[in-house]
Amino acid sequence: MSTELAAAFDLDRPWRIDDQVAVRPEPFGALLYHFGTRRLSFLKNATVLAVVRSLAEHPSARSACAAAGVSPAALPAYERALATLADSSMIRERA
Amino acid sequence: MSARPATLVEQFERGLAAPICLTWELTYACNLACVHCLSSSGRRDPRELSTAECQEVIDTLERMQVFYVNIGGGEPTVRPDFWDLVDYATAHHVGVKFSTNGIRIDRAVARRLAGSDYIDVQISLDGATADVNDAVRGAGSYATALRAMAHLSAAGFSGFKLSVVVTRHNVSQLDEFKALADAHGAQLRLTRLRPSGRGADTWPQLHPLPEQQRVLYDWLTAHGEQVLTGDSFFHLAPYGGPLPGLNLCGAGRVVCLIDPVGDVYACPFAIHENFLAGSVRGPGGFAAVWRDSPLFAELRAPQSGGACRSCGFYDSCRGGCMAAKFFTGLPLDGPDPECVQGYGTEALLAAGSAAGRGDVPRPAPDHSHRGPVRGQPVPVTIGARPAAPRPPSRACDENPLTGFAAG
Repeated sequence: MSTELAAAFDLDRPWRIDDQVAVRPEPFGALLYHFGTRRLSFLKNATVLAVVRSLAEHPSARSACAAAGVSPAALPAYERALATLADSSMIRERA
Repeated sequence: MSARPATLVEQFERGLAAPICLTWELTYACNLACVHCLSSSGRRDPRELSTAECQEVIDTLERMQVFYVNIGGGEPTVRPDFWDLVDYATAHHVGVKFSTNGIRIDRAVARRLAGSDYIDVQISLDGATADVNDAVRGAGSYATALRAMAHLSAAGFSGFKLSVVVTRHNVSQLDEFKALADAHGAQLRLTRLRPSGRGADTWPQLHPLPEQQRVLYDWLTAHGEQVLTGDSFFHLAPYGGPLPGLNLCGAGRVVCLIDPVGDVYACPFAIHENFLAGSVRGPGGFAAVWRDSPLFAELRAPQSGGACRSCGFYDSCRGGCMAAKFFTGLPLDGPDPECVQGYGTEALLAAGSAAGRGDVPRPAPDHSHRGPVRGQPVPVTIGARPAAPRPPSRACDENPLTGFAAG
């Protein structure tokens, strides 16, 4: 999928979880549910959950990833995951 | 055990902290008497949960972060406190999707529903024409559903669901259903007919024939995510790959049912004591049942795959639907009765001898109306027979070439 998605998602911009999204931790990571779109998403590990939850506290998604211990080698995978979440309106850019 | 990290599906098979998809049937009372009703609904059960008890359940769901409930019945809107309970749930961050035959969806209700992001509506319709629909749902039920859809559409409720159980008689109408949904700004949802409830008696005459299953699969594949399926057709995956969705049996793992009297079953299609996990009226309420029920622990443990393990398609169909097997008298660790490889047909033949001995489990409890119901469909089977032994397997009804369909 996601070369296009990744291109539309800017790691250096500030992001946050959408107001209509609920996050439920699960043994495998977390479930996200968007009450507006009625769509469900899965976060497949605890690190991506930590990144998503801390987005609002960081000046950029890149900084949230670094703070959660994402290595430069792993960063593209996290960028793709975040791009998918942005594409489904689970996260949105902060003004 | 290998060190390979578990896939998402494997994680789901071990169970979640709370259900993703919780069905809550609020009442067994219903104005209709559909011949395939999965919960054998009709009469209200006097032990039905009170308003206060329902509110307690909602409080629990909020604490467990159950994002939304699928409310059904019976016909849930005939409960006098129905709209209050919907408001209570949404005020407590539990979204509501409710299934209805449309009887109470008038203009005012439709306007009110259209105003909330947290409410979704699912109108049940089992024929794209009145003759096909009313034959299973009862005279006038097509008109009622269409009127409700018109009200929702006029109120600007976009994306409500048109929910269809696929049968032998409506499988040729898939394009018409889609057009009907599109014309009302609705989304089509197709689900599988199970031999549950009164469906146990009518399934042999109503379930799609093997060649129709192939048509259905191709149609679903062509329409992708535009059409919802409630993840109910994963037994068709061996035709050529998974359909959108989780593609696993979620019973006790990601789904379960709370029935009108508070009993918790592993899945909405398995209302039988063998799948009864506990009651929301028990100590610890629903949360304790979900977390601690021995039945759910068993369903979340690794499954053997049984007779299906040696089949090359086991990884795609996962053995099919537990309820479909159970209520056709098949072993739970064997093939689905509608296995597209044809193994279900063979198994049904073998189970035919069990049926002859009366060993096929009967769905219970039964809240069917005892007397006649206005507009009641003419039974498609000849002679209702609650206690009589099931006739031998209908394997002879199946296409003899079914075993060669995989190609």
